[in-house]
Amino acid sequence: MSETPDHTTGPVQTSITELSEDALVSGGVDEEQPDLHDVWISGTEEPAWITDATDEGAQEILSDLSDSALAVQRGTVISDDYVIDDTADEEERQIINLGPQHPSTHGVLRLQLELEGETIRRVKPIIGYLHTGMEKTAESLTFLQGATNVTRMDYLAPFHNELCYSLAVEQLLGVEIPPRAQAIRVLMSELNRISSHLLWLATQGMDIGAISMMLYGWREREAVLSFFEQVTGLRMNHDYIRPGGVAADLPDGWEEEVADLLVAIPEGVDEYEEILNENPIFIDRTQGVGVITREECLAFGVSGPIARASGVDWDLRKAFPYSGIDRYTFEVPTGTHGDVWDRYLVRMEEIRQSLGIVSQVLESMPPGDYRTEDRKVTPPPRQRINESMEALIHHFKVFTEGFKVPEGEVWQSVESPRGELGMYLVSKGEAKPWRLHVRAPSFAAVQALPMMLTDSLVADMIATLASTDPVLGDVDR
Amino acid sequence: MATPSQPPGFLFTTLAKGVNWARTRSMWPATFGLACCAIEMMATGAAHNDLARFGMEVFRASPRQADLMIVAGRVSQKMAPVLRQVYDQMPEPKWVISMGACASTGGMFNNYALVQGVDQIVPVDMYVPGCPPGPQSLMHGILSLQEKIMSGEIIRPIVRI
Repeated sequence: MSETPDHTTGPVQTSITELSEDALVSGGVDEEQPDLHDVWISGTEEPAWITDATDEGAQEILSDLSDSALAVQRGTVISDDYVIDDTADEEERQIINLGPQHPSTHGVLRLQLELEGETIRRVKPIIGYLHTGMEKTAESLTFLQGATNVTRMDYLAPFHNELCYSLAVEQLLGVEIPPRAQAIRVLMSELNRISSHLLWLATQGMDIGAISMMLYGWREREAVLSFFEQVTGLRMNHDYIRPGGVAADLPDGWEEEVADLLVAIPEGVDEYEEILNENPIFIDRTQGVGVITREECLAFGVSGPIARASGVDWDLRKAFPYSGIDRYTFEVPTGTHGDVWDRYLVRMEEIRQSLGIVSQVLESMPPGDYRTEDRKVTPPPRQRINESMEALIHHFKVFTEGFKVPEGEVWQSVESPRGELGMYLVSKGEAKPWRLHVRAPSFAAVQALPMMLTDSLVADMIATLASTDPVLGDVDR
Repeated sequence: MATPSQPPGFLFTTLAKGVNWARTRSMWPATFGLACCAIEMMATGAAHNDLARFGMEVFRASPRQADLMIVAGRVSQKMAPVLRQVYDQMPEPKWVISMGACASTGGMFNNYALVQGVDQIVPVDMYVPGCPPGPQSLMHGILSLQEKIMSGEIIRPIVRI
């Protein structure tokens, strides 16, 4: 931990606050009045301002007046660090706040735009309005419970979050997952990709004025969600993929349900392409809009459909296959222009490729167990509990104490509908993670927004924003 | 209006019924989607579940045109002042539905970042349980709120502090 930079004495951003400067000059933290930017690094000795605090204090809404830097953090005050360009026409220059309460921002993203007439000169994304403290919450849940937490991060791709977390835990545990569980995981996560892209299509259409797409996109998505509900019991936030396998086997008659989806969704996708591909308004509003180049994608860490639309042939399902996805054949679609139109084409093709994977899983679903037989992770079967006291104790222990995970740290990433979703998990040999860090694909996409939006028209802004498909639960966590 | 000791007469009860009927049948929600629940709120408005059956499909982008705020999702400490401001911008009469576990109680996230229940910031008329509540749950919540409005008074006593 000695290499961790000490934030309490590090350089203070002078542009944000005057108070911090004072604190710096006076020689750091006042013992009696705790500095609100203080951080405590877990594992070290707890300072007095933590030990004195009560649990109730965590829920206090802190006063804005006490600290100007805190006001900036909470978003009530914006540090206006815009450099006024001399060449800009001062009469035409204005600053517009978009969000956080805005219909087209796909959540609570806030963008501060500097306009010159109708041209965007600067963009500043302000995030944190949905910060839920999930990485911290993960430290207080056992490894088995952790999936309930991560599934609520990127709420449009819950299966991918669960899958990534479970793979990371299994990597630390070193357990083998049965082939059927792996196939179920692939089936659910690819259906999830389809439902996520359909929702993207619905919102993208709505944002640029094609309200009918909103209704069409939801039509097929509802079919997928009703299948999810049959399998997992919930339409979203499933907690179905867990460390050690999946929560339950697929229900009877799942083959017919999936076969129905494989008929209904391609029909729907064909219909959308018929509506949109020749639509002059849609083409005008998407082609050449929100361009990001291949190099910029790589520099900003943008991945997923956005990067593929710019010509980056990068898909983790091919590069680092997980959960036996390399057993199935599929193509990775790429675009060339990196504009909104190419992202649309890439996502439509990805829906088709995912359908191909789903149909292959349907044909080749292996028999067997849906979770690992490793008794360390999986409780004993129900019959054994009736017969043996030890089995009952074991069952009780798994769900109260949780299983212990060997010490170590792992990195696991999966290809979520939005790109490269990664989780960095540290275990200290206990039943709860010591630290969970999430690399969110939407975060990189929001970070690259200034690249796409600068010097474009303000009317194209919403189309570009929608095409990056940000999920603010993923960005802020 | 009649005082509580004196029951209102035929004219006023009929008027109240008419006013309440008008209010429930064209209740316009403000879009206040925050997290997962917002997706289910959109699903409720979409074709399959069709919130338009209850005269509510007009989700208004501006709070000044809305009667109902559906707080759909977890409210962070940073979002709380924004939420309150949006509520204050809505014209009277206005109602609030707290959708889902996070908005109602903080849900599973009892930590430093979340407001533990949106009723700490705004008065809530109806709580919808679930994580997230399905479209049917939300519609049930909305219909319950309509019943509540129908059985209520048409004016609210002004409390001066």
